[in-house]
Amino acid sequence: MKPASFDYYAPTTIAEALDVLAEVGYGGKVLAGGQSLVPAMNFRMALPSALIDLNSIPELDYIKPAGDGGVLIGAMTRDTRVEFDPLVAKAAPMVKETMPHVAHPQIRNRGTFGGLHAHADPTAQIPAVTWALGARMLVRGKEGERWVDASEFYMGPFAPAIEPNELLVEVALPPMPEKSGSSFKQVARQHGAQGLVGAASMVVLDDTGRCKEARLVLTSVGETVLLAVNASQMLVGEVPSAELIAAAAEAAATQDIDPGSDIHCTAEYRRHLTRVLSRQSLTLAFERAAGRGG
Amino acid sequence: MTEKVKVKMTVNGRGYEREVEPRMLLVDFIRNELGLTGTHVGCEHGVCGTCTILFDGQPVRSCLIFAPQANGHDIQTVEGLGTIDKLHPIQEAFWEAHGAQCGFCTPGMMMSVVPFLAENKHPTDDEIREVVSGNLCRCTGYQHIINAVRLAAEKMAEGEQPVQEVSREN
Repeated sequence: MKPASFDYYAPTTIAEALDVLAEVGYGGKVLAGGQSLVPAMNFRMALPSALIDLNSIPELDYIKPAGDGGVLIGAMTRDTRVEFDPLVAKAAPMVKETMPHVAHPQIRNRGTFGGLHAHADPTAQIPAVTWALGARMLVRGKEGERWVDASEFYMGPFAPAIEPNELLVEVALPPMPEKSGSSFKQVARQHGAQGLVGAASMVVLDDTGRCKEARLVLTSVGETVLLAVNASQMLVGEVPSAELIAAAAEAAATQDIDPGSDIHCTAEYRRHLTRVLSRQSLTLAFERAAGRGG
Repeated sequence: MTEKVKVKMTVNGRGYEREVEPRMLLVDFIRNELGLTGTHVGCEHGVCGTCTILFDGQPVRSCLIFAPQANGHDIQTVEGLGTIDKLHPIQEAFWEAHGAQCGFCTPGMMMSVVPFLAENKHPTDDEIREVVSGNLCRCTGYQHIINAVRLAAEKMAEGEQPVQEVSREN
């Protein structure tokens, strides 16, 4: 239960961190809040030869308004700060609503918003939420930087679309459109524990009350957090109703996922939870969309 | 073996400097290098919460931080709360309300509520449950812990000076 040896680097700028990453090569691992990496190292499931600690890089710790009315969150911003930030509460209320589900206050005091995404945990709530909201990730390497849409960021379990010589530096959340609503629902065995299934919904209505945009993103039912493609598509262009939402939830549970059984629960139970949580989450999101400016 | 690194930090208001391997966990640094064994080591993977300390004033798991990461930072452990002769109101309350059964989880429980009680003069029981939800008590003495935190809040709201009424010899 003690980590193996590693070389420790604590760069103080992004440029310096990228230099170190290039120098240490594939054995290196970036250390953000460490709330997932350090347990893995304590169990010796992770054995990095070098750790590049980002905690001394102040330029990665910020929350600021984006030009489009959204919000930009630096990768090393602590989850607690995100949870209580007024800009985030306004631009992305689902992030605030979901943060209390992320482990416990002591973990969120240290864990970072960038780390939540870069860890690419298929059970993680916030990546599902930010995908539903239409987030983009800013990834920087020595050659330059690039934007990655949330829909293309999760390559596999714990495998984000970040090259070994790159850093995730920012998560950009767009503003909530007019007549939009969002909601996150989850079932976990106990408060703060990993969710058995989570459902994040984001919907937008047009002036006639029809759904013009919908994203339902699920946790813990695949190798990554994933967009329930069929469920999301069948909502668009329709007037929301209990029947429509039930049909979408059914599609999510039967067509969009292929969950596995594990020590936590069976695949069958995950489908059941997907059906129930998708319905609850979409229902609340549509109610909120109808209430907003409606 | 990896090269040792120099680490300087303030713990309970006192400066310390040591040379350690980077892989040394902060909780092991506090206990083994500094001899402050009030902070306990439990699960060593961030679940149980008994190693909770204040890192620049905020409760965190000291088993999920490497000692060099505390370089230049301000650490508070349970030893910094009060003294034998002058207990902190939180310590008094845990004593009086039987908030410590076997005592293993107690340092983490107390450190988790320090900033919470500083900001919340009259917390509800639900708020108290939320703030200690990240700390496990395997005696399952939770109700007494909730009572102790509520009592601590009352003591602190009254601005009561910590008073030692029971002789240590008893």
